[in-house]
Amino acid sequence: MSILVNQQTRVICQGFTGKQGTFHSEQAIAYGTNFVGGVTPGKGGQSHLDRPVFDNVHDAVQQTAATASMIYVPAPFAADAILEAADAGIEVIACITEGIPVLDMLNVKAVLASDYPDVRLIGPNCPGLITPGECKIGIMPGAIHLAGRIGIVSRSGTLTYEAVAQTTAVGLGQSTCVGIGGDPIHGMDFIDCLTLFADDPQTEAVIMVGEIGGAAEEEAAHFIKEQFNKPVVAYIAGATAPTGKRMGHAGAVIAGGRGSAEDKFRALKAAGVHIVRDPTTMGRTMAELLGSKNA
Amino acid sequence: MNLHEYQAKALLAGFHVPVATGLVINHPAQAADDQLPPSDSQRWVLKAQIHSGARGKAGGVLLADSPDDIRAKAAELLGKTLVTHQTGPTGLPVHQLLIEPASSISQELYLAMTIDRQLQRVVVIASRHGGMDIEQVSAEHPDAIFRLYINPTVGLMGYQARRLGFALGLSDTALKQFPALLRGVYDAFIKNDADLIEINPLAVTADNALLAVDAKIAIDGNAAYRQKALFATRDVTQEDPTEVAAQASGLNYISLTGEIACMVNGAGLAMATMDLIQSAGGSPANFLDVGGGTSTEKVAAAFKLILANPRVKAILVNIFGGIVRCDLIANGIIAAAHEVGLTLPTVVRLEGTNAAEGRRLLAESGLNLIAENDLAAAAARVVALSHTESVNGADA
Repeated sequence: MSILVNQQTRVICQGFTGKQGTFHSEQAIAYGTNFVGGVTPGKGGQSHLDRPVFDNVHDAVQQTAATASMIYVPAPFAADAILEAADAGIEVIACITEGIPVLDMLNVKAVLASDYPDVRLIGPNCPGLITPGECKIGIMPGAIHLAGRIGIVSRSGTLTYEAVAQTTAVGLGQSTCVGIGGDPIHGMDFIDCLTLFADDPQTEAVIMVGEIGGAAEEEAAHFIKEQFNKPVVAYIAGATAPTGKRMGHAGAVIAGGRGSAEDKFRALKAAGVHIVRDPTTMGRTMAELLGSKNA
Repeated sequence: MNLHEYQAKALLAGFHVPVATGLVINHPAQAADDQLPPSDSQRWVLKAQIHSGARGKAGGVLLADSPDDIRAKAAELLGKTLVTHQTGPTGLPVHQLLIEPASSISQELYLAMTIDRQLQRVVVIASRHGGMDIEQVSAEHPDAIFRLYINPTVGLMGYQARRLGFALGLSDTALKQFPALLRGVYDAFIKNDADLIEINPLAVTADNALLAVDAKIAIDGNAAYRQKALFATRDVTQEDPTEVAAQASGLNYISLTGEIACMVNGAGLAMATMDLIQSAGGSPANFLDVGGGTSTEKVAAAFKLILANPRVKAILVNIFGGIVRCDLIANGIIAAAHEVGLTLPTVVRLEGTNAAEGRRLLAESGLNLIAENDLAAAAARVVALSHTESVNGADA
């Protein structure tokens, strides 16, 4: 088992024939993802990377029975691409694109909530998601992953890779890794992922990587305390970040005295989460935790 | 991107939000008698146009009672650097003043519109207690803050605006004016891709009319492509010059006060690297995300930014190779180091595909590049090197 995607997931790419879409589709295919085609308006009927190109997502779904899409279209067109995928019946949408105006995402989320409540949106401004050995949807390096026991959910791309590399190094491996993205308004959040990890027998424990800004970590802490029973290790990036500055990600800003790393660490610790202040110890801490639990 | 007060007011006026008629000057002579906005009371207010609140306490807001007094005070303010609790110790330069007739105010309210991340809605925040920071309002009058959330499908509804008007205790003219004002603020917010519109204070004047006495607007940087006219008015003199230069090179840089520079791919990892430097006993000089590609050009531009900071004693480069091979990244770093004449001790942590080969290239480069594969060890090493450098003074 795993969450969201597996060997059976039929994946397409929107923005398929562009530079990013081409590169990462090649990588996904090389990884063994069940990659069934792609969409570029106006190039329907062509073939690209030995896969069919469609003019729109509806055609792609009709002819390939695709259930997941990864989106690499430029920011001005990304909101449209997300809703096109939802309307065409795609179940899991990973939007990798960064730089989408926040009001676009506000509208996308409102439409998804009202018209497509079952769609799972990951991102935008995220690395995507991967179930090691089965399905890679996104820009993460496949080679560092190892099929295994730990679920990973993270707001940061490269810190996800750190958590992956560390859990691979200690031999624990990963069930599914989800990069939920660094934008203030995004799709799946920590709680959505934790809810799925709770029901996944392959996932024995979860590593959660947060960062400054917003209150998603505090909400996750509340959820964990109330109803999540698997061990959680958490790291929050940005303890040294100054107030009022956006640290790269649009959502990573301490504003109005709220959203600091310290607040988040405190909330998570109070919820029984094993917090690590040194991001190089996520894997080791998890190994010790599971080791002592098994003993 | 932040707008100046005068820009914010001009924008709001376009949406029928009542603001005073003002004059913007960058030289005292521009405040000629026939240019000044009329004032019945013969009193005017001069406001320094900087990207910061709390200007009054910093001496950036002055009253004048004659045209000569205006010009004298303008000469005093223009060219000054103002330090507020929001600007940091360097302060911000005053290049422009907004001159408005002083208004007679009977009550100061607070009104703002921003995006609530949790509820994923535009939120209106309002209070009867204006003229102070909203943080102060929420600390002193937590029950006196009203919030209303706007569903994007229908936008701001009339009933919401009416209810808020009553809740704020408005009456007669002001109460009648309020729904149109709030509608104007909402339309301005949506049409201009605002992150924040704050009117503080929103005044009730002596004749019971509403007036936006101060206004702050921030525009979503991601919307620059469709808000070109607004972004053309960006005032870079109000921003950190290194951060502005970084943006021009496609880099994300934020100045900090420490001695150890860092260059990292990915915003989260860049913050984590700063945290590690601090926990190893050092102090980070900057946040710097070079992004995905990490080309030689980008790395060279990043080194140049770092080296322009005289406080920097050592550098930590932390790249998680990901899909880009580490040997290619190493070659990029070496080429960039040669290009900029890098002599400061530099610890490079490379992880990912072909990391061993990358580290070998760095070790054999003949440059002062120290390869580490463990991030914690790399942080400890760079902190140790920064101390050595400060003792020897060898960073010349």
